[in-house]
Amino acid sequence: MSGKDSAERVIILGALSAIGEASARLFAASGARLVIAGRDATRLEQVRDDLKVRGAGEVICWPVDFTAVADPHVDLARMAEALGGPVDAVLMFYGVLGDQTRAQGDIAHLRTILSVNFSSAAEWAEASAGLLERQNHGALVVVTSVAGDRGRQSNYLYGAAKGGLSILVEGLAHRLAPGKARAVAVKLGFVDTPMTAHIKKGGPLWSTPDMVGQQIVAIARKPGRPVVYAPWFWWGIMSIIRAVPSVIFHKTKL
Amino acid sequence: MIFAPATETVSWGRVTRPLQEVATPAFPDEVAPALAARGEGTVLPVGLRRSYGDSNLNSGGRLIDLSRMTRMIAFDPASGVLRADAGVSLGEVLRLVVPRGWFLSTTPGSRFVTLGGAVANDVHGKNHHRVGTFSRSVRRIGLLRSDRGLCEIGPDDPTGLFAATVGGLGLTGIITFVELQLVRIATSQLDVERIPFTSTREFFTLARESTAGHEHTVAWIDCVTKGAPGRGIFQRANWSAAGPLVAHRDRALATLPIDAPGFALNALTVGLFNALYYRLQAAGARYQVQHYAPFFYPLDSLRQWNRLYGRRGFYQYQCVIPPAAAEPAIEALVQAIVSSGAGSFLAVIKTFGAEPSCGVLSFPREGATLALDFANRGQPTLDLLARLDAIVAEAGGALYPAKDGRMPAQMFRASYPNVDKFTPYIDPAISSDFWRRVQL
Repeated sequence: MSGKDSAERVIILGALSAIGEASARLFAASGARLVIAGRDATRLEQVRDDLKVRGAGEVICWPVDFTAVADPHVDLARMAEALGGPVDAVLMFYGVLGDQTRAQGDIAHLRTILSVNFSSAAEWAEASAGLLERQNHGALVVVTSVAGDRGRQSNYLYGAAKGGLSILVEGLAHRLAPGKARAVAVKLGFVDTPMTAHIKKGGPLWSTPDMVGQQIVAIARKPGRPVVYAPWFWWGIMSIIRAVPSVIFHKTKL
Repeated sequence: MIFAPATETVSWGRVTRPLQEVATPAFPDEVAPALAARGEGTVLPVGLRRSYGDSNLNSGGRLIDLSRMTRMIAFDPASGVLRADAGVSLGEVLRLVVPRGWFLSTTPGSRFVTLGGAVANDVHGKNHHRVGTFSRSVRRIGLLRSDRGLCEIGPDDPTGLFAATVGGLGLTGIITFVELQLVRIATSQLDVERIPFTSTREFFTLARESTAGHEHTVAWIDCVTKGAPGRGIFQRANWSAAGPLVAHRDRALATLPIDAPGFALNALTVGLFNALYYRLQAAGARYQVQHYAPFFYPLDSLRQWNRLYGRRGFYQYQCVIPPAAAEPAIEALVQAIVSSGAGSFLAVIKTFGAEPSCGVLSFPREGATLALDFANRGQPTLDLLARLDAIVAEAGGALYPAKDGRMPAQMFRASYPNVDKFTPYIDPAISSDFWRRVQL
């Protein structure tokens, strides 16, 4: 069996995000063949060069604006064809945190938060599930957020989009359950990336892209429960946050 | 928003904690905009912040943190030439290249140092007497300046900008990529010999005897125990002839998440050292085959070990003394430190070779170098360091900017008499606390 045949075939949607790139590096280290998709073609080439040095079998750059395609089913079919075989994993990382306060006054910004994080992500997730279902093989892993566990005044637009996306992926997992394909929503907490550069950091709750990347890649290779938290302790934290009665919660500025 | 709101920023010594606004470009196309967005003040490029003093701080100005620019650009496993972003750490380089049978030509005592930082401090290692400093393996760098844009330069640069950038502490521009020539290794293990010694004279004898036959030499020296000053453990090593090629792993043995109480360190290390020292004394020299990680990077396995010095932080002091004055000056330094009672236990001593560096402000030169920590006890610590300065200056020696947080301007000029050849190359948009402090 040649190396090419046993190498993983992976599609990364949002390879220019810090967590996406960290995950891509882990696949590269085991010689995977990758399609890396993102908006900026030059940056994709820089990521491609890095992944090739780190051991990737093949890296195909795919410049695309995820919110502007006519039908993601078509793009995904082309990506799968470019990889030349059954796709082992589709991972979705792209998103925009946005500015809640600004969105409340700027309808264009509000639409961006919802369309990038929900509408377009939902279409691509749906199309990925269709691809994996037809193959009867492979895992869809979608990065969502603990922000989707409870609507909070500080980020309910982002939270609603990610929350809706988590439910959608949960539904896809149910749809795929009878066959061999899988879907998992991975809810992340605080991660130190360019998206959170403006937020004061510190304390044990913060993860690095490498840390969550390792967990995400492990899930992609061995998918289990349809909705998981990364790191695991967020399950406990969000259980508490969800349980706080609104009378008390509304007194906070969370 | 390029610069994050001001947060408390520290160097490795944790003595001063100025509030700084930091930009963290993730892609090469974000570096020039960060430089352009600096506003009225100056900026300073920084990496993993392992410099001990204030050469990686810019109070009142801003920082551009390159440690997220960690992409490899190209690697030829046949020739051992690697080009990578300046923010790539030496540890990451090794994880990539060791399995293919390559190593850095030389490495400092921590692998958590960026390629840019390694060039900007012209770092050295235990094999300086064989191969010189880090910059001797550098083929090319990318340098971004506020007045000239991006340029690529190498050791053949006739303008002198490369020589100013080597050891130039980031002041000549932002290093964007580094291209290195790696060296072949047959295995990731070294044959290490440990020999106890009882005086600085014995150390120098061992050093002289060891340089011809051993690539790596260094010693721990006791600067605390009264009545036994200058005893220590000499280490000399060569790469093994054969064995596995295994890169280090990045799992730390432990990490210190909080500042330890101030008295923790010496008690701990005295005990460990004594145990090893007396075992060596009883057994004679001890031979061991060791993986490169514990030999080159003993402290890296305890992340945030600098927190052992507590809230007040510590000063690192590293000097080099030319050969003629080395023995008496080192003797005098050790005596002064022991009688002050202020020295930390982990003092390192090594002899440098004559391999020159092209760096104008490069620290290593032929002679002997001594490096150790001093817990920050305020003025008494600074007074002691001033007394050490006098010994070093009288012997014609120099101090190392990467470690320094307090040397006065005259001491800097004495250490680097050709600093005026460096000054014209400083980028007008860049400055640092260190640089401002050492101006006359």
